[in-house]
This record gives sequence, structure tokens and C-alpha cells, in this order.
Amino acid sequence: MPYLGSEDVVKELKKALCNPHIQADRLRYRSVIQRVIRMSKLDQWGQAEVLNFLLRYQPRSEEELFDILNLLDSFLKSSSPGVVMGATKLFLILAKKFPHVQTDVLMQVKGPLLAACSSESRELCFAALCHVRQILHSLPGHFSSHYKKFFCSYSEPHYIKLQKVEVLCELVNDENVQQVLEELRGYCTDVSADFAQAAILAIGGIARTYTDPCMQILTELLGLRQEHITTVVVQTFRDLAWLCPQCTEAVCQALPGCEENIQDSEGKQALIWLLGVHGKRIPNAPYVLEDFIENVKSETFPAVKMELLTAVLRLFLSRPAECQDMLGRLLHYCIEEEKDMAVRDRGLFYYRLLLAGISEAKQILCSPKSDPSLRLLEDQAERPVNSWALDFNTLVPVYGKARWATIAKCQGVEHHGPELPNTAVFPTSGPLIPEENKERVQELPDSGALMLIPNHQLTAECFEKTWLSLKVAHQQVFPWQGAVHPDTLQMALQVVNIQTIAMSRAGTQPWKAYLSAQDDTGCLFLTELLLEPANLQMQISVKQSEARTETLKSFISVLETVIGTIGDIKS
Amino acid sequence: MISQFFILSSKGDPLIYKDFRGDSGGRDVAELFYRKLTGLPGDESPVVMVTTGGSGGGVVGMRLHHDDRHFIHIRHSGLYLVATTSENISPFSLLELLSRLATLLGDYCGSLGEATISRNVALVYELLDEVLDYGYVQTTSTEVLRNFIQTEAVVSKPFSLFDLSSVGLFGAETQQSKVAPSSAASRPVLSSRSDQSQKNEVFLDVVERLSVLIASNGSLLKVDVQGEIRLKSFLPSGSEMRIGLTEEFCVGKSELRGYGPGIRVDEVSFHSSVYLDEFESHRILRLQPPQGELTVMRYQLSDDLPSPLPFRLFPSVQWDRGSGRLQVYLKLRCDLPPKSQALNVRLHLPLPRGVVSLSQELSSPEQKAELGEGALRWDLPRVQGGSQLSGLFQMDVPGLPGPPGQGPSASAPLGLGPASLSFELPRHTCSGLQVRFLRLAFRPCGNANPHKWVRHLSHSDAYVIRI
Repeated sequence: MPYLGSEDVVKELKKALCNPHIQADRLRYRSVIQRVIRMSKLDQWGQAEVLNFLLRYQPRSEEELFDILNLLDSFLKSSSPGVVMGATKLFLILAKKFPHVQTDVLMQVKGPLLAACSSESRELCFAALCHVRQILHSLPGHFSSHYKKFFCSYSEPHYIKLQKVEVLCELVNDENVQQVLEELRGYCTDVSADFAQAAILAIGGIARTYTDPCMQILTELLGLRQEHITTVVVQTFRDLAWLCPQCTEAVCQALPGCEENIQDSEGKQALIWLLGVHGKRIPNAPYVLEDFIENVKSETFPAVKMELLTAVLRLFLSRPAECQDMLGRLLHYCIEEEKDMAVRDRGLFYYRLLLAGISEAKQILCSPKSDPSLRLLEDQAERPVNSWALDFNTLVPVYGKARWATIAKCQGVEHHGPELPNTAVFPTSGPLIPEENKERVQELPDSGALMLIPNHQLTAECFEKTWLSLKVAHQQVFPWQGAVHPDTLQMALQVVNIQTIAMSRAGTQPWKAYLSAQDDTGCLFLTELLLEPANLQMQISVKQSEARTETLKSFISVLETVIGTIGDIKS
Repeated sequence: MISQFFILSSKGDPLIYKDFRGDSGGRDVAELFYRKLTGLPGDESPVVMVTTGGSGGGVVGMRLHHDDRHFIHIRHSGLYLVATTSENISPFSLLELLSRLATLLGDYCGSLGEATISRNVALVYELLDEVLDYGYVQTTSTEVLRNFIQTEAVVSKPFSLFDLSSVGLFGAETQQSKVAPSSAASRPVLSSRSDQSQKNEVFLDVVERLSVLIASNGSLLKVDVQGEIRLKSFLPSGSEMRIGLTEEFCVGKSELRGYGPGIRVDEVSFHSSVYLDEFESHRILRLQPPQGELTVMRYQLSDDLPSPLPFRLFPSVQWDRGSGRLQVYLKLRCDLPPKSQALNVRLHLPLPRGVVSLSQELSSPEQKAELGEGALRWDLPRVQGGSQLSGLFQMDVPGLPGPPGQGPSASAPLGLGPASLSFELPRHTCSGLQVRFLRLAFRPCGNANPHKWVRHLSHSDAYVIRI
């Protein structure tokens, strides 16, 4: 390297620092370092590089550590942001066992960082803002008194405004909340829809701590009746209702009327969810949902239809009189006319759920309406400085941690998982009941790996012994209407090679039957059918001699088909 | 350590391309960069971007050693200066390097721009060769570089009298109120082999950026002044100069100097070539600047300003909800001393959506007002200190619904405001800082004294008034 730095010494020292022999010898390395950090005639690039080299050095004693810190202190006051940040990083890493030193350093670097944040160079400003956010993650109050520095001006580019809004959202505290909200409120009506929405989301974020003033602003925004604003406000409401139950009342009061100004999928979903979950407190909720049902044919987003199904069912459970009719219409549409399979299946599922009984449906659908604990998980504030000290002054904060992770994984494209619908429905245990029973019966013999032996015979005593020794492997409930004709059932079961061991007479209550079957590997399937006409459902309990879930599933589906078919004939 | 460096014109044409390490291929990287930049989704920042060699469906055309490359760029006078790197390096240093390169190129080619770059391609490459070696910075000091750069800059701009009219940076009035053309400073620093006598000039600018936020009730929420003393020297390197600042200049909240209100700033940082031995006692900066442009001093001042704010806006809004008529009366008072004036004043007032028509009554004919991008723009080319201007704007906002209540009301509809002003204040610094003198120790042999040009200027960064 020719003319590196300003003196020959610099060259020599730099070489020395890279020399593995010197690195191995701690004494020599130490003396080199002492000389390096005492050099005053380095230019800023040299200084940045030296600071980078020093990251590799591990001081031997506390005394030495503080010695180095003292010698490097002047770098923190350099006029070049690159040097200041390099020095900060080195300090943070060297002082990893001394949190108070770290806090001190971050205090010192506040000035230069803020200066860079208001620098004329947009790019530098952006990098500084990213680092400010990084610091705020650990020290939430660090920049609170300087909140005015993060107010946006209209001439700034978009990416800087977004960063500033994020920073404002993070540094808010009791003293500045009023001013910050006032400022953010101005952004909500910005010409750029993206920026306006970011500002609304930021207010939503602040609302988790300072509910009342934020709710007031958000409610006011609804008065503008502008689509891009209303949709984000409603989405914010949804999150708030979920995270902060105390907001629910205010949200419910604000909601009526905003359905006219929502056109996009996300907003509609949020609104419908709110109407479904908190419909009890919103007087006109059924009418709003009814409008959605009227227009369901022209609805383009399947996700909205799914949400609508869930919401109407939920509202039906709390306000049955007003919703019964429209729920019927919606279910009819979803099952008979809907082309999207997911929506159709959801419709069928709810239909059968209702058949199973209101109390069951309630149990499944009326899940908790809010979950404040999620919030605690979300803002794990006070992350230790050491968790990001290594990333300081690198590209990681600039990209953001999440993006960096994807970059590091070398997956060029960012991966977005399929979006799950926002319903709080618990996963159901077991497949939905198929509709085309007849077809399925014909498919059955060659459908799965399951082959039931045709002439399997089991004595009643043997059955009883095995039944008592095994545990229930699977339990499921099927809808059932009317009485049972034992002969028909027995015949149907015989077709699929299931032997009937014992059966109650027709008309007895409760009605019971015990079945047995064996597949080609010798695995036994013992089944109990229990029918309680009062509940309109047939409960089956299956026991298996060898625990194999695959074959069990196939067996259940066979059984299901038969019972479904017989049930259909009956009804 | 950077892998490549290139300069693109504002339209994306590569002007300069240099590969330092040969580890990443091809000029089409520049194209890829531009494509990525223009196709960026709105919420992503363009400052750093990444491309991965593996994926991208043959966009890059070759695989790197299965790693990715980061593009870091700055925009400078319409050009993109882009560096690529495959390391996780310090963004601050790299951005600094890029802006330093921009300054250097400006120093050598006169001014930085598409035309000057394409005229001086050889010089630019030569410069890049010396500044960066295998992607590592060697030096960016003009002084060192001048020993290695042989190519002369090609300057095509002839001196034109028309340039006198516009006031640009580095070229204004001196104490003797002589005027230098605004293009005077935009010439190469280092083509000094020929006519030496012309070149002995020093330009010193005190530039302040003002950001202000005024609440709707007129109270001041935020004042922020970012000041710089910039120097562009055409003198030989190492010649000493002394800059005397106002003696009442105080740093920090507690310091007290002089008897008057003093000129107080919160923080100051100096360039490394500045000696501060006379600063404490006499507020004199002693420095030996290298040739070219540098920032001698940076300072910040927030919250208390010694002088009154340059502008006050008194808005009054009448909004008739029934007919959808919105009437905005704006009175702008300029609180500068009567002798100074503000130039290129522009008021930008965002309006509620759906404004259809505008009728205006302005207080003087040279003003202009128009609607555009959902906002009102009111241009005032020149505002004299102490004067007061007004404009009455009437708009129809048919689609704007409001809470019930007919008849005119004084409350502003949502979506109106905040107003922001942009302006320039020549010969005025908001902090009150002045350069008392600029003395050169340098005595050219046999030639006339070097010319010294000192200028003060304030301009708005964000001057926002809520309505």
C-alpha cells in the first residue's frame, strides 16, 4: 500500500496489527496497540480502520481496558461520523461487562447521532436514524427529550419519514406524548397514502400505552371518511381491541358508519372481525353484516368471506334473533354457490358445528376476546446492549434485523408465509364430514392402505376382554337425526367388512353398538357407537390394538362414510 | 472495502464504472442497481439494497461465491454515486467516503454534474485509481492527491454575465461589496499549472439551515439551526488563514461572553485542520486548509434563538360546511430587519381532498398561487424585511363531509395544513454568527492580494406552521 495514512509509522503499525506472529504475542501486540491509539496524525479513514482492528483485541485486565478507553476517548468527539460510530462500537464491545460505561458512551454519542439525523445528506440521516432505533430498543428513554428532532418535514423523502415515525413511536413518554401525538396527527392526512397509514399505525402503537388521547385522534380520523385512512384505523382498532381490552368500549362506539368507507380486503376483514367479536355492544352490527351478506356474491376476496362466516356465526351466538335468518342465507350461499373451496369448507364446518349443538358451537367460537399477554411478548423492551453491540455500525441496523436475517440466509426473495385468516377458531380434531357420501363409498376399497379382512370373526368374550384392556384411541361426534334401524346399519357395515358384535334394539335410549374389524396386518379396530337422540349426535369411540395413526384415520373415515350414508337415508 | 464504484446519471446511464476487486462481475451491475432502485416498493429504503447472486433468476447473470452484494449509494447533484460491497461494513464510513468522493470530484472537475463528469472521464478514473486501491481507501486528501493527478480538467463553461443575476453558493458580496459571479467557485481547484494569478481566491460561506415548528396558537414548538462554515480555497495548500468569528460567540448553555445577549450555540465541531489556540480568547479559528472544499465548523442551536423568527404566518380559516366553501386568509409577516430581504419564498399548504377550484386575491402582482398535488402553492419571489403580505384564497370542497352543523365555522377541516415555508435569506444568519474577518498569512510573490469572498446565508430546512 503506498502512502497509507500520513506517516511511515502508520504503515508499520498497520502491518504489525495484521501480523499473526505479533497477534500471538500478547506483549508485543499490546505495545503495538498502545502506539496505534496514541497516533494523532491518522486521517479519518485510518482512524476508522484502526478502530476496526482493535475490535479483535481483548484487554487483559480491567486496568488496561480503561486505559484503552481513555486513550480512545477523543475519537468519540471526532467530526467524522464514521469514526465516532466505530469508536462507539469498540467501546460497547470492550465494556461489555460494564453497563454503566456503555450507557455513558451512548450518552456521549447522542450528540453526533442527532447531528447526523438532521444532516443534509439524506443517506447519512437514514443510517443514523436506523442506529437511533437500535439504541432505543435497549434504552427506551434515551432520546425522549430530543423528540422534536424526529419530526418530519414535508420535503424529506419517504423512507426517512417512515423511520422518523418509527422512532417517534418508540421514544414516546409521559412528558412528550401530547406533542408527539399532535405531530403524528398532522401526518395522518398527508398526501402520500403510505405515509399517512404509517402514521396511523404508529398512533395505534402508542395507544397501547396511552389509550385515551390516541383513541380520540383515531376516532376523529374516521370523520374524514377517506378510504385509505378508514381502513387502517379500523385495522388499528382491531389490534387494540385484541391487545388492550380497555379500549373495547371506545372502539365499539366509533365503529358505526365506517363500513361505507372501506373497500380493501384487510380493512373489511378487520371491521367484520370486530363486528363479530364485539357485536353485542354495537347496536347496528347485524345490519352492517347483513349488508355484507347481501353483497357477498360480488365479494372478490375469499378471506373476507371466511371472516364474514365466522363473524356472523359469532354474532348469532350472542344475538340469535337478529341473525338467524341471515346466517341461514350466508351458509346456504357458501355451501351451494361458493366456488372457493376453503370458504365452502368453512361454511360446511360451521353448518355441522351448529348441528352439533349451540353449546358446542359456543364453546368453540366464543374464545377469549382479547389477549393482553401478547403485548408483553411483543415489546420485550430493555434488550441488553450486548445483544446488538456487535451489529452496531454495520449494515444490520440499516437493513433491519429481520431483513438482514433473510439476506444472511442467502434467500434472495423474502419469504412470506401464507396468511392465516384472523379468526380465533381452534383447530378441529378430525376431518370434516364429507358431503358426497355415495361417491366416497365406492372409492373406499381402494382408497387407502387400509384393507379390512372380509370374514373376520371375533367372539363377544374376546371383544370384551380386548375392549377393556385398550384405551380409546379416537373419539368423534357425528350429527345424527331420527331413530336407528339396526339392520340397515349392520348391513352397511358388513359391506365394508366391519363386524357387528352387539347392538341395542331400535328405539332404546341411549342406543349403543359395538363393532369390530381387523385389517390385513392383524390390527384390531374395536368401536363403540353411542347415540343420544336428545343431542342429535352419534358419538363413536375407537380402540386399536396397535397404535398406528395412519390406519386409524382410514378406518375412521370408512366408519364415518357408512354412518353418514345411513344418517342421510334416515333424514 | 468496496468492490465496485460507479456513477449513474439521473436517468440511469452509467457514466463511470470501476471494478476494484474483480470479484463481482460485469457492468450490468450498474443496470441492475438502477432497475432495483426504480422498482423499489414504497416502504423500503433505497439507501442500502441487496442483490443475491444465487437467486434473481439470471438477473445478475453470474453467481458470486454464493454471497450477496450490497449497494450503497448517495445522490449528489442529480447523480447516483454507488458503491458495492460484499462485506458487512460500516455504513457511516462508506457514506462518508461517497460524499467525500463527490466533493473531490467537484474540486477536480469544477462542479459535479453529468456534463462535467462525461467531459472528464479520464480524470475521474485517474482520481479513483489513486483514492482507492483494491477497494481500500488510501487517501482523500487533496494535498496528497495533487502529486499524482496529471490530467487537466476540461472546463467548457465560459464566463457569462447572465450568471451574475442568480445568487449561488460561493459567490456573493464581500465586504467591499464587489460581486463575484456565482460560477466563480465552480472551477477546478487544481488546474494551477497555467495561470496562477487568477486562482488566488478564497470563498467562505456561513450557511445555516433553519427548521421551525410553530403551533396553531402561534407558540413556538421547535427551533433548530444547523450551521456550517464552509470554505473553498484555491490557495496553495498549507497557507495559513485566520477566521475571526463574532466575539460574543458562546458554546453551551452556561458560557457567558460580552454584555449583550450573546450568540449562543449548543454544540460545535471543527475540522481536523483547525487549530483552536486562539478560539478561547478571541474566537479566532486558525487553519491551514488543503486546497478544495471543506467544512471548517459545524454548529447546532436549538430552542432559543436570539433574533425573532424571520416569518410569522397569521392564518384565518372560514369553512362553510353547508356549501363546501373553504376560505383561507393568510397573512405573512416578515420580521427581518428592514434592510434585508427573503428570496424565493414559497408557501406550501396541503388542502383537504377534493378541492376543485381556487380563486385568489393577492396583495402584490409578483406573487403567484396555484393548486397542485393536493396542495396550495403560494410563491413570493421577494419579501422585504418588515413587510406584510397577504393572500385570500377561496376554494370549493364539495366532497368534504363534516359533522352536522350548518353555517360558516372558524375551525379548520381536517386535512388542511400544516403550512410549510421555504425561503432563502441572503446576508442573514439566524444565530447571529458573523465572520468578522478573514486574514491570510499567504503572500503571493509579486501578485496582487488574493481575493476573499465571505457570504452569510440562511435557508429553510423545514419551516412548518400548524393551522
